[in-house]
Amino acid sequence: MSLLDLANPSRFLKFADRVLPWLGGVTVVALAFGLNQAMGAPDDYQQGATVKIMFLHVPSAWLGMMAWGIMSIAALGTLVWRHPLADVAAKTAAPIGAAFTLLCLVTGSLWGRPEWGTYWVWDARLTSELVLFLLYLGVIALWRTVEDPSRAARAAAILTLVGAVDLPIIKFSVDWWNTLHQGSSVFRMGGSTIYPTILVPLLVMAVAFTLLFVTLHIAAMRNEILRRRVRTLRLMQAQAAS
Amino acid sequence: MEGINHLPFIVGSYAAAFVVIAGLIGWVTLDFRAQRRALADLEMRGFARRSAPQPAAAALAKEEA
Repeated sequence: MSLLDLANPSRFLKFADRVLPWLGGVTVVALAFGLNQAMGAPDDYQQGATVKIMFLHVPSAWLGMMAWGIMSIAALGTLVWRHPLADVAAKTAAPIGAAFTLLCLVTGSLWGRPEWGTYWVWDARLTSELVLFLLYLGVIALWRTVEDPSRAARAAAILTLVGAVDLPIIKFSVDWWNTLHQGSSVFRMGGSTIYPTILVPLLVMAVAFTLLFVTLHIAAMRNEILRRRVRTLRLMQAQAAS
Repeated sequence: MEGINHLPFIVGSYAAAFVVIAGLIGWVTLDFRAQRRALADLEMRGFARRSAPQPAAAALAKEEA
């Protein structure tokens, strides 16, 4: 089955029904393995056991950004190609991305207090991440405000593409400005600066969180397709009653 | 074991992750049930998509049996 075949909502529903139990199972195993690796990782020589917060904080940050990236591609699908599932994908990625961004902010704050002596500082990385969370809330509000799904999709797509500017700002904020937040230490020129005993559990958790995101996103897309069918049938019901 | 002094921050982070992930799973699961029920209810009243291969009411009844 090609990706284009899945553009049909009915085919997507069949695909989701078939793939979700397996994907859910693989996600549970990956999360259990990742947590086991994270708990078994050694303490950092400077941070001690608080480094364990990184195994949640960093994957959450990556997923918060990845979800907006997916929404941006879907926004192009809505505005340029009018792909049948594009706005479904964009709409359903927003709450999941918002949740991971919120988790990134909360865990970062709880990590910051023992390491920096403060829960929050208005530095470029933290502020741009907060802006991403507010953008998520804006897109979700927009979807809820505009009743007609196709009009809401176009408005949300424009806001999503404008908001995509925040992604490189988040990524490069630690290079462009002096920040309390540390610089890149995983994906950087010259290789990672993290020792393998900590880097491997981090990457395993990142894979597990990504699987969780994919599972939740496919399930939420299935729900949204069903919601639109319910809406269509209710309109038919209302027309029949009048 | 300097980190043990900061145990509440570590536990708080993992608890927050648990709450957020459980919330997402709960939202997706409850929403799925709600949509399936709404679709089944409408189909029972005789409103169905012309191209629907298997009515949601039949699928739901089969699942609950």
